[in-house]
Amino acid sequence: MAGKQRDRTTRCPIKLIFTQGPSITTRLTLCIALSVVLMVMDHKYQSLESLRAVLSVAVYPLQLTTDLPGTISDWFSESLASRRQLQEENDSMHTQQLMQKVQLQRLAALEAENMRLRELLDSSFKVGEKVLIAELLSVNLDPYKHQIVINKGKANEVYPGQPLLDAKGVMGQIVHVGPYTSTAMLITDSSHAIPVQVNRNGLRSIALGTGTINRLELPYIPNNADIRPGDLLVTSGLGGHFPPGYPVAEVAAVQHDPGHTFSLVAATPLADLNRSREVLLVWPGKIKLLEPADAAADADADADAEPQADAAAETGALPAPPAALPAVPEPGDTE
Amino acid sequence: MTLARHHGGSAILFTFLVALLLTIMPLPEWMRLLRPDWVGLVLIYWCMALPERVGVVSGWLSGLLVDLLTGAVLGQHALALTVVAWLTIRFHQRVRLFPMLQQAATVLVLLVLHQLLALWISRFIGRPGAGWYFWAPSFIGMLIWPLVYNSLRSIRHGFRVN
Repeated sequence: MAGKQRDRTTRCPIKLIFTQGPSITTRLTLCIALSVVLMVMDHKYQSLESLRAVLSVAVYPLQLTTDLPGTISDWFSESLASRRQLQEENDSMHTQQLMQKVQLQRLAALEAENMRLRELLDSSFKVGEKVLIAELLSVNLDPYKHQIVINKGKANEVYPGQPLLDAKGVMGQIVHVGPYTSTAMLITDSSHAIPVQVNRNGLRSIALGTGTINRLELPYIPNNADIRPGDLLVTSGLGGHFPPGYPVAEVAAVQHDPGHTFSLVAATPLADLNRSREVLLVWPGKIKLLEPADAAADADADADAEPQADAAAETGALPAPPAALPAVPEPGDTE
Repeated sequence: MTLARHHGGSAILFTFLVALLLTIMPLPEWMRLLRPDWVGLVLIYWCMALPERVGVVSGWLSGLLVDLLTGAVLGQHALALTVVAWLTIRFHQRVRLFPMLQQAATVLVLLVLHQLLALWISRFIGRPGAGWYFWAPSFIGMLIWPLVYNSLRSIRHGFRVN
């Protein structure tokens, strides 16, 4: 039986391959040429986003199928949870919410104060952004790339370059948008960089991904810069992609090497990059563009010999308000 | 005449879909780096068994799907799998007659070739390389080849794919 089959299959290909259509070497050449064109267009010119979006619909069922077991087990654990469990969870959430509300009251007052001060300074800064909760599809991508797939796409007005957060900090940004899903690159991907500043003193730098899930590096910190382990790094908003003021990472180690111009600074991302299942998509508030005169003034300030002092003055505005706190609250702000 | 001979295309499609699902199936972190190249294995089998049905173009299409699913640059795995399919077809008559051990070794060479081409492309576009464990999936692919071969052969015989 097997012999017969083998005979038939060995006879067929010779006939079929050499009588039907172009030879396999021609096909090989064509396919390779097509691949090269695709790669060049995709990588060099990024001009295939629409094609990728269309094709992503084709692989969407596959992604959903892979995600299915996770969704089902989530559903089961939710619907089969005992009454006591639910009550406990509810209680703890109530407590948490109460505590967060208290913090939020303070924040509302601070925010209002901050906006008033900024208005006095004629600064065009907006607090408040639109956010949307998205869920991760449990599919694995290339293990050497730190990318994730989320279940929101063009239908939800997701756009490439959009920041992605979780409850603890910045996770990454969207790189490909499909109709129903999008792919995001995490901040630890080795081709990712995010502009940050040290929360304590406003020292600005760039945090690069290393390809290791719990490590970022800040390679451009001079040896004499004021940075130490435990410092909180927040987004500086300088790149224009990420809204300013979100926590990114905590400095883990600073290594001064007198032989080098820059010190070796490693940081640990705050977001649960490989654990979060729910993520937040942020639409940074419509940041009003600076007037040309303002922009020039700003550029001057940036070029100043003491950029740190400048930034410190900005962040320094924050600690002051608490003194005035009791007097500040407005009925409209705490809602 | 040709229509009567071609039979069971859906079974081939099904095996490719399963391979694609296995490619993106979530695994624990330490196992992710060891995930064998399922699409490559399935492609090699069909190219060897039915070279007149599954060939270079099927390799290219499945590679494109792998690119889309794994977030690679479009064309990376497409190119690599095209070359793998072509080589398999070139040598299918010889490889088919090899004993299982030798066949597995040939499969190892093909899988390493796939990884090597993909590595070249990703290095070319500026991605960093990885350590020795980068090659582990090919060796695991070689180890599970007898299993893949036998299950795919029973599918081929069961559904009378030819």
